[in-house]
Amino acid sequence: MPSTPMSGDVLSEARATNAAAPILSVRDLSVRFKLPQGAVTAVDRVSFDLHRGEVVGIVGESGSGKSQILLSLMGLLASNGSATGSARFENTEILGRTAKELDGIRGSAMSMIFQDPMTSLNPYMRVSDQLTEVLMVHQGKSQREALGIAIDLLDRVRIPEARRRIGLYPHEFSGGMRQRVMIAMALLCRPSLLFADEPTTALDVTVQAQILELLGELARDLDAAVAIVTHDLGVIARLCDRVIVLYGGRIMEQGTLDEIFYDPRHPYTKGLLASTPRLDERTHGELLTIPGQPRAAMGDLPGCPFSPRCALRTAPCDSAMPPLVADAGGRRLACHNSPLEDRRP
Amino acid sequence: MTDTLLSVSDLKVHFPLQRAWLGGERLAVRAIDGVSFDLRAGETLGIVGESGCGKSTLGRAILRLIDSTDGQVVWMGQDLFALGDKALRAERRHMQIIFQDPLASLDPRLSVEAIIAKPLRTFHPEMSRNDVRKRVFEVMEQVGLSPAMANRYPHEFSGGQCQRIGIARAIILRPKLIVCDEPVSALDVSIQAQIVNLLMELQQSLGLSLLFISHNLAVVRHISHRVMVLYLGKVMEIADRDDFYARPLHPYSQALISAVPIPDPRLERARERILLQADLPSPINPPSGCRFRTRCPLASDICATAEPALRAFGAGHLAACHLIEDEPVES
Repeated sequence: MPSTPMSGDVLSEARATNAAAPILSVRDLSVRFKLPQGAVTAVDRVSFDLHRGEVVGIVGESGSGKSQILLSLMGLLASNGSATGSARFENTEILGRTAKELDGIRGSAMSMIFQDPMTSLNPYMRVSDQLTEVLMVHQGKSQREALGIAIDLLDRVRIPEARRRIGLYPHEFSGGMRQRVMIAMALLCRPSLLFADEPTTALDVTVQAQILELLGELARDLDAAVAIVTHDLGVIARLCDRVIVLYGGRIMEQGTLDEIFYDPRHPYTKGLLASTPRLDERTHGELLTIPGQPRAAMGDLPGCPFSPRCALRTAPCDSAMPPLVADAGGRRLACHNSPLEDRRP
Repeated sequence: MTDTLLSVSDLKVHFPLQRAWLGGERLAVRAIDGVSFDLRAGETLGIVGESGCGKSTLGRAILRLIDSTDGQVVWMGQDLFALGDKALRAERRHMQIIFQDPLASLDPRLSVEAIIAKPLRTFHPEMSRNDVRKRVFEVMEQVGLSPAMANRYPHEFSGGQCQRIGIARAIILRPKLIVCDEPVSALDVSIQAQIVNLLMELQQSLGLSLLFISHNLAVVRHISHRVMVLYLGKVMEIADRDDFYARPLHPYSQALISAVPIPDPRLERARERILLQADLPSPINPPSGCRFRTRCPLASDICATAEPALRAFGAGHLAACHLIEDEPVES
């Protein structure tokens, strides 16, 4: 199958396995920040779709723009940031809307779980007030009704003694319990689109295991589209159906879980997998590494952002960003020197 | 590899809390509550556990950066806690530490050269400027930094490079022991691998002993010769690396290992996981008997009443659990 340059139309047809229309369609999303020393591009022409019932992992290192994608879609960019392009959520454009316009869907139809539950919950409000507020504002529930739903949901995320603990303040919960509260808050209105930004990075492994289990279960039950941003390939392997690999604000590669983990094509994806020490293997001697440092998104370079660290680098890599090409199965790859053609027999 | 560099016995570090009103009982956070182990010369001991298990406190107590409440640390045959200031200072040159946050552990107002040279200038005031500079450049090259960067300041470096500066500062006196306190936790995956490789290479070429404190069991597996698991200030298990990962005996070790996601979808989804309930109990008032019993899937009556001692299950493999069935100790 010959590879063709990516366009919006090809993309929506591409994922044969997902015949239904995507719930979120992002096209050419760019995020720029104005800084005293000039403009910085954090996200550079990123396009992807999310469908109901799937969990998509967005993986990348610091400065890859992974969090900024979610923040821009939620309308939560810092004041010096701006997003361009298009993002259609259930056929409504959500980019460039005012906070007031977004308030109708944020926290109800789409919601987000943040990395640090301590700084994302209001320390001055009882958990009960923070949870019921969402239902009273979005769904016009009475306080009594809202409290009942909130307690049920805290039970659902397995907070012991939910009826008593809903009256506590965030600091009275442990880190893992706070993250459960935040997950409960994000799910109150049964969103059809759920974003999670490093939802378990601040947690201990045993607590992370509990939260991942819970997230997987809730995502299945809700039949929502879920996008999880993480740097941890293990988390992706456990939870996700599809993977988007970001570097320097660009999509390097995208595919199903099996494609990315068992047949990675982009040199960056390969490097990332090879440099991760694995618990199940006794790695001998040196770990494979990617030389150099992650690229801080600064200014616009003409070429591939990964080229300074890439072993396959050739002259075109520095002068032109390789196009993101897709195959018939919807797998996408942006590299001048790696083929996308199916190598399987 | 058999000579013991460091021998810790029944070490306790308690942080007293303010007395409760009206003369209540004096409470203390029992961060380290009776820890014993040996560290051999040229050995890397991985210390793992969740936040609050006492692993960082242990590293600092061994270096006498914080005072211990009880117990003994024997360093190359001498009682470290009995040393006077002068003698301690002389020994300190052989022990160094690398911190988690690479930027925060470097003085922002000093150039890289001044930062790396500081230990040398402190312990060898007689050395000429030129000799100091020569040695600084030498260690910079050893850790993969170009000496051309010697005049720059920490903020001009990335996280991985700052960690290299911290490592250069730690090795410039040719120490025998480096306590590495979560040295790669703040770094990106691709940079983490670079620093792990560097530490392993230096450990080999300089014959260092490392106490490698980390919550990342995959990194610990890669870098350590032996592994020690802490829970609420107590040793749950200690064993040779391969033995530990192939045959973790303590239910807590088993849960820890099973909780770490493996970046291999088919394997990861087929794994059986031991999900622990609840969170870490408070170290102020740890559970009676075995500290892990409140979260242990196997806990029985005896666990609440008697504290399990560390027992041997094979050469050098110790675990503290009532419920592990005895096996003949292999020779």
